[in-house]
Amino acid sequence: MWRVGTVIDLHDETSTARTITLEVPDWPGHVAGQHVDVRLTAPDGYSAARSYSIASAPNSEKRVEITVERLPDGEVSPYLTQELAVGDRLELRGPIGGWFVWRTEQTEAIQLIAGGSGMAPLMAMIRSRTAFGNTAPFRLLYSVREPEAILYRDELEKLSNQDRTMMLAYAYTRVAPREWPRPPGRIDAALIAEATWPSKLGPTCYVCGPTPFVEIAASLLSACGNRSEKIKTERFGPTGGKK
Amino acid sequence: MNLPMDYLDGNAAAGELSKIFAVDVTTAEGKCVYCGTTKRFAEAHVYMEGPGIVARCCVCEQVLLRFVNARQRGFLELRGMSYLRFDTA
Repeated sequence: MWRVGTVIDLHDETSTARTITLEVPDWPGHVAGQHVDVRLTAPDGYSAARSYSIASAPNSEKRVEITVERLPDGEVSPYLTQELAVGDRLELRGPIGGWFVWRTEQTEAIQLIAGGSGMAPLMAMIRSRTAFGNTAPFRLLYSVREPEAILYRDELEKLSNQDRTMMLAYAYTRVAPREWPRPPGRIDAALIAEATWPSKLGPTCYVCGPTPFVEIAASLLSACGNRSEKIKTERFGPTGGKK
Repeated sequence: MNLPMDYLDGNAAAGELSKIFAVDVTTAEGKCVYCGTTKRFAEAHVYMEGPGIVARCCVCEQVLLRFVNARQRGFLELRGMSYLRFDTA
């Protein structure tokens, strides 16, 4: 079932990523971690659909935010990030998925691991925790190309400065800030050991990013003693499917 | 089996499969007929680059489900799963 949402706000997160806020009158509500399918239809009837994670916390205002990363040869993302305007309408299907979700009733320690724009559904979890006054210990390890590519940066830093139970660690894959202790590179066992909860705490882990990133992160978590049923993953690819 | 690492999760297919299933398929548990593993459908490896959707067992990589939607007709093959168990509440 497709619903119609109206764009009420557009916000550039980075030079290539834009957050789109939609108002969806018949939105049934969502849980942090869920996604929507967005469908664009051309005048000749050709249509293309893509999946985007919801970045906003559940709210009573029938609002849904998605963050779209522009892919240079994408079919849908250039339109969504460059041409879409406030007042335009988009077709949405969702909310979708009940597995990769964090519910406000959860009280156990939470480990979030994001690769690139995989941050979006994890941001919904962080925002949801804040909005509902949940105090479960949260820890985020965010692997990103360079400092300029960090999504929701100000909000993340404000939250982690205000709240000791919300711990934040960045890891850079291409360019790190000056005097950053760790040289740029892929996440590895040493980083996982340093920046994630010890497995004996029994954290629930949510990993979201491109498929190779998720594979590495999930196997490193598992090698540290986290049980596979406590590691939830969400993979996305550059074309066609989840983004 | 050595398949390219371009798969997604069962989650990614859930929107398309909502045309068929009235329940949330991502939290449903499916049993693989090949290796006997029972896992949530969200954990399946899903390939969406072709003309349809192929979901494979995340343990043995055998095909659990195929779905193609073309010219107003859907084709669903489920022979790789001996059952799907889901909440009806």
